[in-house]
Amino acid sequence: MPEIILDADAFQNAIDKISREIFNDNQNIKNLAIVGIQNKGVFLAKRVLRKIIKLAPGNEISFGTLDITMHRDDLNNFHSNIHDIKDTVIPFDMSCKNIILIDDVLYTGRTVRAALDVLMDFGRPKSIQLAVLIDRGFRELPIEAKYIGVKYQSKGFIKVECKEVDGMDKVTVVDLE
Amino acid sequence: MSLNRKDLLGIEHLDEKDLQIVLDSVKPFKSLFTRSVKKAPTLIGKTVVTLFYEPSTRTRTSFEIAAKRLSADIVNVAINTSSVVKGENLIDTGKTLEAMKADYIIIRHYLAGAPDILARNLNASVINAGDGFHEHPTQGLLDLYTIYEKKKKIKGLKILLVGDILHSRVAKSNIWALTKMGAEVSVAGPPTLIPAGIENLGVKVYYELDEAVKEADIINILRIQLERQQENLFPSVREYVELYQLTKERLAMAKSGVLIMHPGPMNRGIEISSDVADSSNALINEQVTNGIAVRMAILYLLRPKRKNAGSN
Repeated sequence: MPEIILDADAFQNAIDKISREIFNDNQNIKNLAIVGIQNKGVFLAKRVLRKIIKLAPGNEISFGTLDITMHRDDLNNFHSNIHDIKDTVIPFDMSCKNIILIDDVLYTGRTVRAALDVLMDFGRPKSIQLAVLIDRGFRELPIEAKYIGVKYQSKGFIKVECKEVDGMDKVTVVDLE
Repeated sequence: MSLNRKDLLGIEHLDEKDLQIVLDSVKPFKSLFTRSVKKAPTLIGKTVVTLFYEPSTRTRTSFEIAAKRLSADIVNVAINTSSVVKGENLIDTGKTLEAMKADYIIIRHYLAGAPDILARNLNASVINAGDGFHEHPTQGLLDLYTIYEKKKKIKGLKILLVGDILHSRVAKSNIWALTKMGAEVSVAGPPTLIPAGIENLGVKVYYELDEAVKEADIINILRIQLERQQENLFPSVREYVELYQLTKERLAMAKSGVLIMHPGPMNRGIEISSDVADSSNALINEQVTNGIAVRMAILYLLRPKRKNAGSN
């Protein structure tokens, strides 16, 4: 049986916690923009967006999605899979925005490295802050998240399910042994 | 999601699933064009060589831009100043380029099957950019994508190809792509320019353009290769213009939303009248833009060097 790290309630609590912290740290809501990393990060980002709008009613917050496939650093490995490329949509001018970049799991830091490169291709944001649901440890690059749902150091595979696509909210760890 | 192949030699070898993978892969590459930085590091460190034994502006330029947007290094081999004029054979030329660590070789050749010979002898990915009267797969794919982008589907659409079907590799690649995706394809042109047995590919044949245009959702006009006129395949350019030019009058007989395509280079006033080429029905410039995105997708989806991959 895979071990459950977050059940549905804990999952939602983690999102609420991240959202509150983002809201408290970024009083200038007008300049805030939320960007989810494909695939699961997009669903999490939408929820954070809804929660922050609840905390700051009447504000419009910019939202975008981002796919890192074209910027991966392992495409040279001919045995790696060819990944589907999903939409990257940044429908706002970045130049004065504080960007909150959201992903499900932070592990090696390589996804975030690629995501930063993608963002920079659209312009020069005022700042970029990172929010993740799970910090799994074992970083290979000097990258840390500012907002973290839960820390769970693990070499196992962390599976994030969210109700938008999987029918329920759940995070489990699957041992690869 | 992958084409799971090293080379792109022709659309004949692809199935409906492969074609759908290509269609689904193009959009993210196209969306790169709207960013302030229009480049991604996807093929960084890779070398792409274009080896063109026939003249070309748009195909070679399109591949070059596609490779550059993906950060590959691109080298253009000019055949008339290369060792080919000293008599080097195709395989040796290919092996030489591979020894220089080319990962992709994009070849256009006047002989059908030349890309196939190269593909069988090299680890590099070979992309056919037009071989004889055989195929021009990336043109077929970009035409397919341009239609798909406008109509959101291919199945059930009525598509008419007009002109020199016999000598046209673009026509063959279009016919393969469109029929595999479930479109109803017809061709129209003088009997001497329509190959015998083309019906066996699932294509309807018209000899009168007035009749053919009536039902079409898309009309794709092929270039009349004026050099062919010496072979006496049509009596005169003037007669061709009279019978087969897509004019405003003929356009008026077609459905009102009919879309017009042309793979270029256009002979304005021969196969297509200038007012039709510049009309709002024409997708000709979009074909060129989409060509870059489609070629980026192909470079991304093919895998050089992979062992055991089928080479078709």
